[in-house]
Amino acid sequence: MALSGIQIYKLLPQTNCKDCGFPTCLAFAMKLAAKQVELSACPHVSEESKALLAESAAPPIRLVTLKSDGYEVKAGNEVVLFRHEKTFYHRPGLFIRVRDTEPADEIKKKASAVDAYSVTYVGIDLTLDGFAVEATSGDPTTFAAAVGAIREVSERPLILISRDPAVMAAGLQAVNGEKPLVYGADSDNWEAMADLAGQHEVPLAVIGKTLDELAELTEKIKEKGVEDMVLDPAARDLSGSLVLNTQIRRLALKKNFRPLGYPLIAFPGDAGDPAREAILAAQAIAKYAGFIVLDTFAPELAYPLLVLRQNIYTDPQKPIQVQPGLYEINEPTPESPLLVTTNFSITYFSVANEVEGSGLPAWLLVADAEGMSVLTAWAAGKFDAERIAKAVKNFGVAEKLSNKRIVIPGHVAVLSGELEEELPGWEIRVGPREAVDLPSYMKEAL
Amino acid sequence: MPVEIPKDQWPGEVRTVTIGATAEEGGTRSRVVTVGGEKTLPFMHFEAETPNPPVVAIEIKDRRPDDWSPLLLDVWGDVANDPAAWAKAAEEAGADLIELMFSLTDAEGNPITPESAVTTVRAVLEATGLPLLVFGPGQAEVDNELLVPVAEATKGERIVLGICEDKNYRTIVAAALANDHLVSARTPMDVNLAKQLNILITDMGLPPDRVLMDPTTGALGYGIEYGYSVMERLRLAALQGDAMTQFPMIVTPGFEAWKAKESKVGEGVPESWGDWEGRAINWETLTAITLIEAGADIVVLRHPESVRRIKAAIEELMTVPEMA
Repeated sequence: MALSGIQIYKLLPQTNCKDCGFPTCLAFAMKLAAKQVELSACPHVSEESKALLAESAAPPIRLVTLKSDGYEVKAGNEVVLFRHEKTFYHRPGLFIRVRDTEPADEIKKKASAVDAYSVTYVGIDLTLDGFAVEATSGDPTTFAAAVGAIREVSERPLILISRDPAVMAAGLQAVNGEKPLVYGADSDNWEAMADLAGQHEVPLAVIGKTLDELAELTEKIKEKGVEDMVLDPAARDLSGSLVLNTQIRRLALKKNFRPLGYPLIAFPGDAGDPAREAILAAQAIAKYAGFIVLDTFAPELAYPLLVLRQNIYTDPQKPIQVQPGLYEINEPTPESPLLVTTNFSITYFSVANEVEGSGLPAWLLVADAEGMSVLTAWAAGKFDAERIAKAVKNFGVAEKLSNKRIVIPGHVAVLSGELEEELPGWEIRVGPREAVDLPSYMKEAL
Repeated sequence: MPVEIPKDQWPGEVRTVTIGATAEEGGTRSRVVTVGGEKTLPFMHFEAETPNPPVVAIEIKDRRPDDWSPLLLDVWGDVANDPAAWAKAAEEAGADLIELMFSLTDAEGNPITPESAVTTVRAVLEATGLPLLVFGPGQAEVDNELLVPVAEATKGERIVLGICEDKNYRTIVAAALANDHLVSARTPMDVNLAKQLNILITDMGLPPDRVLMDPTTGALGYGIEYGYSVMERLRLAALQGDAMTQFPMIVTPGFEAWKAKESKVGEGVPESWGDWEGRAINWETLTAITLIEAGADIVVLRHPESVRRIKAAIEELMTVPEMA
């Protein structure tokens, strides 16, 4: 159970030495209870207290890691039901499924393409995480060969799919030393699967048609010494999976119910229809899946799913910032207008999107306003004449332009006087307050 | 091992709002659409019945839009030249509601006149039996100029007038009050701003069952996480009993998603973006489904294929799972 601030306080030295950076031990204890600091910030805490606190801090949803040579995919350790309550931590792994009945050449071709797939979003390179190999053949040799075919072209982590322990053993043998996810154990095969997972020290997916069955299975498997588990509550429709995933997450977080305190796996690929698969995958991303298995690999689907995952798993307390700098929109020339805004991602996107959509070329200067929107940054003193002038100088704006003219957001019209002083020789123009009015402003006023 | 399922008990619920009026009710619609009434978080069927499914509105314009993706103009074809024909086509494409959005100017660049706006709305009402949302071009003053005469000319139809925002809510709410219409209250992604506008609107005497709230969203990749979390927070507040958040939510994933470069542009983009049309429809659909699961009651869409997919998804989400 998580301890309260007062309970934690009793385990601290209670000397108010301030070495942790907080004025009192109680203040530090409160921060610990809110999981906003690490215990390691206190240099004086006793080993005994450390052990007690670590135990109480055992995550309600176990962290499960899949590993291969050079790669890791983690799921679990989540602490909230809604991202605004804190944040979601471990982005769900996206795995593309291949079946061992497919010809080896096709498996390799598909796997190479998936392995190489990368798309850039707000300066971040996003990739898919690995492969799920399903033993459709039911034959150990064929399964091992398919796993081997993937390993010829990609080192990304694997999910091995078979309910037959003999087939699974062959698959595991083919990737000896790695930590793939074994999928999986059900009420018929759980003992043999648990033995296999135990021998190879790999995580085990557990499939149960009801939560009662799931909880019973995980307890029995845990008794056999397997601790890393992943749950498949076996719903394949939008309504059932939403309800079950929510129930499991709530039981783990609100009731600290250990038998269901594991990450979840989802199979949107089972939809058999790429359109429905996309929607199921989107739900799995927002609603609590830790591993997501897709059948469709298509950039037009992978890209939006990767972006959705990035968005949902953004820390709400640290919004995505755009790198400050001078951005080119629609291939500007030295005669094109210069606009300035802040580096809050939404602000940047609103402005960039409107200008881009208008087809008009422009230079967009993004000043470092510590990730705040125009008005907020202005109010906080993070977007003033000095900062704008600094951005103009730092990013060598004057060299790119033939005329020294800068358009500031209408919301900060009040800055124009000061900016004239900061940027002697520049013409300061006040643009519209809202980004949506930029295209017409640019057509008419520039 | 019997597992006891924790069930949330909420003191509050979302208000029920009915859009449109039939002949008996003083309008001309062949049917009305009722949204809201949720007593629990979206689709938690094991806790409470979801009385009304989320619905889909299709956005149409008063004339062929200049700034829409060619994908949209191609799929709608000639009907995009005629709002009445477009409304009919949208109804056939599965819309529950039609959102008519005015342009700022006509094709020649002259401002849209109130008279022409009224004519357009009349033609659309004639062409479809679905309830209507009528939105101005999004500039407070112009919206007022167009929406007031439209509201007067369509008294009793229970049209949703928008956008009703802090700059113009007085005029729009007065027009709704006087003519038996509804308003769509838009605020920029902020729980407190949303509450504040709802307070101002209801303080003017507009019954709360004639208010929809639009908390604004960003598209996938363009701030969806802000809209998503604001919606989750608003819905939680509503269920906890905060009266000024207990309004059905309307969002515009079509408008947002089709503004994104990913949907709008087919050439000169990275290969890793994939097929243009497939990507654009995924962009709109994934934005919409994510917001529906955050509590959206009305999603306004643009592409008929997105409408088909989202309608199917809503039907699936409304199916009560057996174990519940």
